This record gives sequence, structure tokens and C-alpha cells, in this order.
Amino acid sequence: MLRRFVAATALGSAIALLLVSTPTAQSTYKVPRLPDGHPDFQGFWNNTTYTPLERPKGIDRDFFTREEVVEQMKRAAADESEQTTPGTIADVHYDFTQFGLDRSQAPVALNLRTSLIVDPADGHLPPMTEEGKRLNAARAEARKRAGPITDAAENQPLSVRCIQMDRDGPPMLAGAYNNNYQIVQSPGTVLILVEMLHDPRIIPTDGRAPLPNSIRQLEGTSRGRWDGDTLVIETTNFTDMFMFAAQGASADMKLTERFTRISDDTLMYRFTVDDPKVWTRPWSAEVPWKKSVGPIFEHACHEGNYSLANLLAGAREDEKRAKAQK
Amino acid sequence: MQAWLGRASIAAVGVIAGLALSFTAASQTRAPQAASPQRQTSGVRTARSADGKPNLNGVYQAISEAYWDIEPHGAAAGPVQQLGASYAMAGGLGIVDGPLPYKPEALAKKKQNFANRVTLDPEIKCYLPGVPRAMYMQYPFQIIQTPTYIMMVFTYARAVRTIYMTDHKEAPADSWMGWSNGHWEGDTLVIDTTGFNDMTWFDRAGNFHSDQLHVVERITASGADHLSYEATIEDPQTFTRPWKITLPIYRRIEKNAQLLEFNCVPFVEDLIYGHLRKPSSSN
Repeated sequence: MLRRFVAATALGSAIALLLVSTPTAQSTYKVPRLPDGHPDFQGFWNNTTYTPLERPKGIDRDFFTREEVVEQMKRAAADESEQTTPGTIADVHYDFTQFGLDRSQAPVALNLRTSLIVDPADGHLPPMTEEGKRLNAARAEARKRAGPITDAAENQPLSVRCIQMDRDGPPMLAGAYNNNYQIVQSPGTVLILVEMLHDPRIIPTDGRAPLPNSIRQLEGTSRGRWDGDTLVIETTNFTDMFMFAAQGASADMKLTERFTRISDDTLMYRFTVDDPKVWTRPWSAEVPWKKSVGPIFEHACHEGNYSLANLLAGAREDEKRAKAQK
Repeated sequence: MQAWLGRASIAAVGVIAGLALSFTAASQTRAPQAASPQRQTSGVRTARSADGKPNLNGVYQAISEAYWDIEPHGAAAGPVQQLGASYAMAGGLGIVDGPLPYKPEALAKKKQNFANRVTLDPEIKCYLPGVPRAMYMQYPFQIIQTPTYIMMVFTYARAVRTIYMTDHKEAPADSWMGWSNGHWEGDTLVIDTTGFNDMTWFDRAGNFHSDQLHVVERITASGADHLSYEATIEDPQTFTRPWKITLPIYRRIEKNAQLLEFNCVPFVEDLIYGHLRKPSSSN
């Protein structure tokens, strides 16, 4: 109860700050610039959000009111706090309030939208193509054939294996915690350092040629360019087992990300997924990133992945005991 | 590139001087001309960044056999018989300033490490490489330089070093890549790194350190396409005195030089977790 009170109070003050800094004055905002004349996006950012990718059922508006969003955030914070009530099953895994894991402790940019998806206008993913349905059915079938996730390391999701997470992307989407980024710019290069899985995304902005189509990577290959004061990043050459396959995307997805600094403490991130193999039309989402504080720490996930070893060892132990009982 | 031409003859001294002398030669070389502050166009490197410091931005790679063993060593069969000559140890002159001054018990551990390197070398498990090992592995790395942060991004295990140029701090926690505070001494980048754990090695030969490791690196552009790299290694728990690593590091001058993804976790899963696989499940 005390914890819940503390969390609610912290959230209250966070919201108070956010309301002051809501990006409304984008037309008058003068973006800081680097010696090379390009906008300065450097610093620490956080893309934690309470807004779902797709619009929730029963909502038929583009925007909530500010009061509604504040109320939703309060309720979500209380739910996350509730999850860690001593004696509950959820409490065994993580204590969100104590370890700084719940979202109310992160900088959150206020987002009045009812979904991250802004196009199609209904806030939903467009319909899948027949080919997209076949591809994803085949993936599901392959997973089923491989057996339960406790059978082998490669049956686990990429995140549990410390290979790739939603934060890494691309597209870069928040998870429940540690949605920390640092942007560093030098002439001809933008580096987006993702704290989760210590993932340095290097984006050349020097007009170099893309990689040959035969080189496929989990994070594809990114090329950046400046469109006025917006950094535009185009990424292709994904592999079939990459993170966004969980969303249904194919390795031939073309991703276009756009970063625009709309206030000192808000970087607007918009991405467009163009994957005609899977979706009947391109779709776009928008996520404001909130200014944060550093430093970025070393997240040596694989090196300390006791979780995966213990999951597998536990399952083998269970099997051994079940056999002994027969 | 053009900004370098004016001092090509002076820089050439540093290049020709070779491995051992290159650092000294570079420090005697006259400072490069300051680049004009106009916008940089793509593909044109300037000798100086906008803040007047040497421009180290670029993709680099050591050309050395030191990743096998930082000490002088002759060629030998590799640790995995099945890989034959393709994974045999190449001979190398070494990059250290003499026999490593191990304490007796540490030397015994080094020998054990070597004997058991197939299971103990952290590189085999795709673990973060630590410093200085990351600097002379057989993969390219990239320097992304700003006045406040100099980032080093390594191909291997996509390791990252953040060099804090202004916000110097004591290491807040131990880590694989350590905590690096940097400053410029003239045209030399000096990096002081502490806060290491004791789980990284110096090479594939089992040379190791404790969590008392303290590394001071001096990096100088000795020409348009070369860095002189020197590291002083201090670890009173492992060594009787400090010792030095010296080697040149080369720019990858191909026009499209870039780091490719090397997310090695999937490559080692069966090695690390294979014994926990359900016996009946297919590979």
C-alpha cells in the first residue's frame, strides 16, 4: 500500500512536469544545430509509452483528452504497482517499484493519441495479404514443430536469448522498462546507442550505397539522409528471423524512420512499414521520445543470461523427476 | 583527404618509422592545419574536427597476430583439431614491451588458461571482449567523435566503449568494457579506464587480469590513415609492475568501409546451452 502510494505520488509529479512540457509550440521551436548545420538530436532519450500500437476496442477517436490520458496513466501505474504486491505470484518475478522497472519511474512523453499507429486512420494494422498469412502460418507451424520453448535455447523468443529486443528494432519500440537511448552525431554518421542489449545502431548519412541484397542482418542495413530538419532513415536487408517478424513482417520489409526534434525535450519518431508481401498497404506509427538523463550503462545481457540456462535446466529437472515417479 | 596533403611529407615520417617508433615520430609531427569550419561534404575527411581536435572519425582495424597472443610467439596448431590450418595460430612478433611481469601464482593461472583455452576463452562464448583486447581483435571498429563523447563501436559482439571527454566520473559499477574518461594532451587522445570485471582476457593465449585492471591508452593520428596506439597496463593483483602494449591501427580505406552486424549470440547457443537441450528435440 505504501509502495502504491509512493508510485502514485511520483507519477503525479511526473505528469505535472509533462503537462508543462507538452509539445504544442512546434512552429516556433528553433532546433539547436551542430557545426555542420544539421539539427542537434544529441543526448539521452526515452521512448516509454502507455499508448498501445493498435487502437483499443471500443475507441473510435484519434485522441483522448488530457484528463483521460492522465487518468489512464495513473491506473496503469497502480496496476504495475499492484503486480508487485508481496505474496502474489507476480511479485516473485520482478518488484517493479523497487528496481525502477515500472513505467511511472521513466520519463514519458505525454501522448494523447489512442494508438501509436497513425496510418491507417483507424489506428489498426492494415489487412494482411494472402502471402503474408501463408508466411506467418508457416512460421507458427515451424515453431510448433520445434516443440515447447523449454526444449532448447533456440525455441525461446529472441529477447530471452539476448539477441534482439523491441527497443533495438528497428523499428525501435518501448518495452516495459529500460527504454533508454543515446544519440551521438558526427559529420556523416548518426549513432543511436540502445541501452538494452548494448546495441549501437550506426546510421551513415554520407550518401553511401546500400549493401548488396545478399547481405541480410537482424537489424537490416540503414542509410540516413536529412530532409530539411528531419533525419530520414531507410532500412532494408532484414533476415527472416528478426525481431519484427513477431509483428508479422517479412525479411523484405522496407522501413522508413523519421526523427524530428519538436521541442527541447521531445524528439518525434515516426516510422513507416512498407512490406507488400505481408500487408495490403504501408502503415505508419508515431512515438514521441522524451529527453532523459544519462549515462547509458553496459547491459551485458548474454554474458549474464542465467535466466535462459535456468529455464532449460529447470525443465530437464522436471522431466527427470516425472520419469522417476512413473 | 586534401587537408592532409599539406603535411604529407611530415606525416610520412611517422608512417615509415614503423611499429616501434611511430608513436614517438607522431608526437614530434607538426599539428595538422585546422579545417575551415564549413560544412563537411560526404566522402571528404578533414584532419580536424569542428572543435579543432584531431578528427579520428572512421573505421579502423589492427593488422596484427596479437589477437592470438600479445607476446612474441611462433606459429602453432590451433586449439581445434578439426579446423586444421584454417584456425591455426599465426606467428607474431608480439605487441608488448617484454615478457609479461606475472606474479608467480598468476603465471600458473595463465598457463592453465592456455591449456584450457577452448573452454575458458571468453571470445569463444561471444562475451564482451574488454579493453585493450577489443582494440586489436581481427575485426574492424568505428570511432564516432564529438567534443563530449568519443564512441568506439566494435564489430565483435557489437561491443561499445563510451569515452567521457568532459563528464569525468569514477566507474559507477564494474563492467566488461570498463568506464573510460578521456582528455586531449595536445593531439593525443588519452583514455583512462577502470571499473573492469575480472572476466575478460588480453588474447586467445590465456593472458588475463583481475578486476584491479587499470588501462591508460594514448592514441595519436600518425598519418591520414594510421593511429599510433599505446596502452599502459596496471594490475597489482596480477603483475609485479606496469607494462605496455604498442601497435599501429589502420584505417579501413575502402570507400564503403562499414561495420557489418556480428551478433554472435546465435552462433554460440548450442555450445553454451546444448547440454540443457531436451534429449529428443532436434537441433
